[in-house]
Amino acid sequence: MIKDDYQTSLLDVRGITKSFAGARALAGVSLDVRAGEVHCVLGQNGAGKSTLIKVLSGAHQPDEGTISWNGEQVDISSPVAALQLGIATMYQELDVVDGLTIAENIFLGHETATGGMLHVARMNRETRALLARLGHRELSPSTEVGSLSAANKQIVSMARALSHDIKLIIMDEPSAVLDAGEVTKLFSVIRELTSQGIAVIYISHRLEEIREIGDRITVIKDGSSMASGLLVSETSTPEVIKLMTGRAVDSIFPDRTGPKPDAAVVLGVESLELRGLFSGLDFEVRAGEIVGLAGLVGSGRSEILETVYGARRSTGGRVTMHGKTLRRGSVDTAVAAGIGMSPEERKSQGLILDEPIFRNITLSSFTRFAKAGWLDERTERSIARGQIESLDLRPAEPDRIARTLSGGNQQKILLARWLVHGTDLLLLDEPTRGVDVGARAEIYALIRQLADAGTAILLVSSEIEEVLGLSDRVLVIADGAVVSTAAATDITEQDVLDLVMKGAAA
Amino acid sequence: MSDSKAPTAEPTPLATRILGGARDYLGGSAGRNVGLIVALIVLIVVGGIVAGDRFIDVQNALIILRLASVSAVVAVGMTFVITSGGIDLSIGSILGLATVVATIAPVQVAAGQVGWWLMAVVAIAVGAGAGLVNGAVIAYGKVVPFIATLAMLVAARGVAELVSEKKTLVVDGVFVDGVGVRTGLVEFFRGSPLGISWLVWFALIVAVVGWLLLNRTTFGRRTVAIGGNEEAARLAGIKVKRHTVYLYVLSGVTAGIAAIMLVGRTTAGSSTNGTLYELDAIAAVVVGGTLLIGGRGTITGTILGVLIFSILLNIFTQINVPNSIQDVSKGLIIIAAVLLQQRFAIRRNNLKPKL
Repeated sequence: MIKDDYQTSLLDVRGITKSFAGARALAGVSLDVRAGEVHCVLGQNGAGKSTLIKVLSGAHQPDEGTISWNGEQVDISSPVAALQLGIATMYQELDVVDGLTIAENIFLGHETATGGMLHVARMNRETRALLARLGHRELSPSTEVGSLSAANKQIVSMARALSHDIKLIIMDEPSAVLDAGEVTKLFSVIRELTSQGIAVIYISHRLEEIREIGDRITVIKDGSSMASGLLVSETSTPEVIKLMTGRAVDSIFPDRTGPKPDAAVVLGVESLELRGLFSGLDFEVRAGEIVGLAGLVGSGRSEILETVYGARRSTGGRVTMHGKTLRRGSVDTAVAAGIGMSPEERKSQGLILDEPIFRNITLSSFTRFAKAGWLDERTERSIARGQIESLDLRPAEPDRIARTLSGGNQQKILLARWLVHGTDLLLLDEPTRGVDVGARAEIYALIRQLADAGTAILLVSSEIEEVLGLSDRVLVIADGAVVSTAAATDITEQDVLDLVMKGAAA
Repeated sequence: MSDSKAPTAEPTPLATRILGGARDYLGGSAGRNVGLIVALIVLIVVGGIVAGDRFIDVQNALIILRLASVSAVVAVGMTFVITSGGIDLSIGSILGLATVVATIAPVQVAAGQVGWWLMAVVAIAVGAGAGLVNGAVIAYGKVVPFIATLAMLVAARGVAELVSEKKTLVVDGVFVDGVGVRTGLVEFFRGSPLGISWLVWFALIVAVVGWLLLNRTTFGRRTVAIGGNEEAARLAGIKVKRHTVYLYVLSGVTAGIAAIMLVGRTTAGSSTNGTLYELDAIAAVVVGGTLLIGGRGTITGTILGVLIFSILLNIFTQINVPNSIQDVSKGLIIIAAVLLQQRFAIRRNNLKPKL
């Protein structure tokens, strides 16, 4: 990069290092961010992206290196200091308060008040102005945040950042909780921000998004920046993947082997209904088959999985496993019948975050290893160790607390859980949410291996590409009904979009 | 996202390793217990200094243990409930009710014929029954534990008053045709094998069984799993509702056991027995290191917590500290324990507190 670029940099980070109890999380990261650009930070899980974000947002202090802001060297000693400089961070787990209104959230901590009386009208007025700046006039300041979609919660979070006179917003995988339509909206908001001179550090695993929204790229691998400030327009995707992983990635989806011609029907769903969400659902999944459900958020696709699993009680129809009808609304019956589920929200629905890996892996099966109610943790550990090795789960320590693992490795815990339990049908809801490119390919391969071993798989994903790339058969869901069934090879992403849009319009 | 894949080519400085190790250790369960034992020793030393020989005395130690035993038993049950993320405010009332029902005239008469164990069975059955109601209301009625057990706290006390007609029911105080009934309960609890009261033995047995149940059985694993993440436990196929019922039954059973111990010690049943025991139990559990939000529980810690409070009470009594001051210090200890717990929890997870 040429010299005078540094002078025009809003943020200039040089040679940052950071260690935790001897383990190096950052081993020399440099990047510069200019006003009004979208600077993408890429890297696999564990590359050090989170630590970098925490350093920039003042949550961690770097051991070495310098941070310059508008050409002056600064210490970002706390999140408050970061805000005062003009740096806001939008974490994946949004820090909005569900019980408060949009306006109350935006002014949380810096309410305007006289003698303890809030200036509600004024805050509402300013909120309206902020929302308008983001191009979302349709949101009302007095709406309770709990009733908003994930996408709109992000808008609130961004509006809050703007209310602090922010120059730089760091977004940690903002698209991870959004579906395709919402991502488009997010991008238009980001463009709105950058046109006002605000810089954005955008962190994502989705390379195609970066191509669409990013101006420049910094790639981090093993705690060091491999390349800094590459122009998106001049860098090819394989090049980026190579920088991230250190190896070339040909195709991330495994070959479709599909079910054997004589494969038995494992799951039968007959006129299944969950009032208000979907009705008259009929489909089957055969042994060794991967069936994908494609549809927009709100189309009821996750709810279909949850109802099949018994986590929600159906209001009509029936679910059969190997021809036997399951009891409604009973997860343990479903599990006993050979169904496993990897839920959408890995952290809140899947894992016991403060328990070790091996107990998370054996959560569905520890009773089986126990003798007359007495736990056999040695067997559990060795079974878990086997899974850890075969799934290449890292760190390979059965006693490591689940919270400390990356998204991809946490997903592997859930797959391992059902591998140990042994299932005939696996329900996968967003199996690669928050999982980076390299780990994603591994998880796809694992899912295919499971299918090849005879497991029936029902998959839900908000990434149509993933549904099409991984499934044998695709069911397109719109307005709580199956509007189309097709072999994955016979349908394109555009077809799916047309179908869901038509359904949504009808 | 973990930073675990970061290169570790550079050797870790020894000092960092030792400090990190010490921190991990103190943050771990064994370390927390070490902290409690240190606190206990400090307390004993302080007791020896301020109360002298009256405190440092075998008889006094046995008295402390005797008085601690009833609290210890209910605190063990409470540990399970709190580990699962619940709370049981009703154990004191259930204990009171159980002492009353176990000592009403018909039960005493029957116990006079078949043996005092009948009174124990009745007390435990009353505890289990009340716990069953708690559990069912919480698990199937979807009432939050705080409210459900608060209702039981009030109701069980009321039932106890109705049954006892607010009278103290003296054991061996029942007469049939002018002849006094002897149940054998009082004599039994006067016994002290190896010089240690049966009360203490009972508490020890309950604690050991509780420890095994929590740490070595599927029951304990389910309890921790539900407390750690109820939704994840449910989606993994654990029967959360049924287990919740079991937990409150367990808590009720410990209240029943404590009831018969209390009757043995005081030789009477009364509707006022066990008042505020739930708060003592919660205090001991929390000081012991069990997380109030669930997901982590320690029986050893609970027992140490009970001992800390009992010894403190004993010292205060020895040196004639007024009750009010005793209560204030108790409150301060609870807050200090929770603050320490939070600090260690944060360090252990290497997390900053939420912004």
